[in-house]
Amino acid sequence: MAGHPAGAPGGGDLSPTVPDGFAEPTLRLPRPEYLRIVGHCYDGLPDEACGLLAGRLRPGSLVPDGRIDVVYPTANADASARTYSVDSRDLIRSLRAAESRGLELVGVFHSHTHTEAWPSPTDVRQAMEPGWFYVIVSLKDGDPVLRSFRITDGNIRETPVVLES
Amino acid sequence: MPVEVRLPTILRPHVGGVATITAEGKTVGELFDGLVARYPSLKGQLVTETGDLHKFVNVYRNDDDIRYTGRLDTPVAENDVVSIIPAVAGG
Repeated sequence: MAGHPAGAPGGGDLSPTVPDGFAEPTLRLPRPEYLRIVGHCYDGLPDEACGLLAGRLRPGSLVPDGRIDVVYPTANADASARTYSVDSRDLIRSLRAAESRGLELVGVFHSHTHTEAWPSPTDVRQAMEPGWFYVIVSLKDGDPVLRSFRITDGNIRETPVVLES
Repeated sequence: MPVEVRLPTILRPHVGGVATITAEGKTVGELFDGLVARYPSLKGQLVTETGDLHKFVNVYRNDDDIRYTGRLDTPVAENDVVSIIPAVAGG
């Protein structure tokens, strides 16, 4: 399922609100959903935890508008401290729940228990959706560190993250 | 017998950008054959050269993962919804 046809939406003009060196769109995360992500990551210890992000696409585009409306914590089918796979049953449940609210799955989060919040080679190799947010929460230090990325054809680009009320 | 097929964003450029299309067939494999005939660039995205389901793709008939219901031979009927989602995994 690799590859993305030439000319397909996936980039777009940089918004003036996105700082140099960052990719758009900005990930806009309501604070309760941020807390749900971080809580699920701690609950998953010592294994990696994962879950899905639902939002909307920009009209006429395959790129998310950036606002995350709902987070769906899922089981890590790998039950591993080194890898994650979103459980197949949780995946379809989350998709149906998103569809029922008129939302799309627009990203995934997972934890790194002992490494930085930066995509690992495995994360890059297995990233399938060029439009998705790949959110990583590092738990290696005292406070959680959450960062968001887009991963396109093996290239990592960080997106800004804004917590909203 | 038309069946609704819902596509992830990565596959939508192959079918004109839409999220949902209808396809004809009695099994998931027949639906996919029909889609590839209509949209040739889908070839290789869903089914491997050896004719099996691609391992990086999750396919559901309604809420059932077809890996457990006969894979590409999973029967489909009118009003079923077939959903395609790329595997979501990493390290």
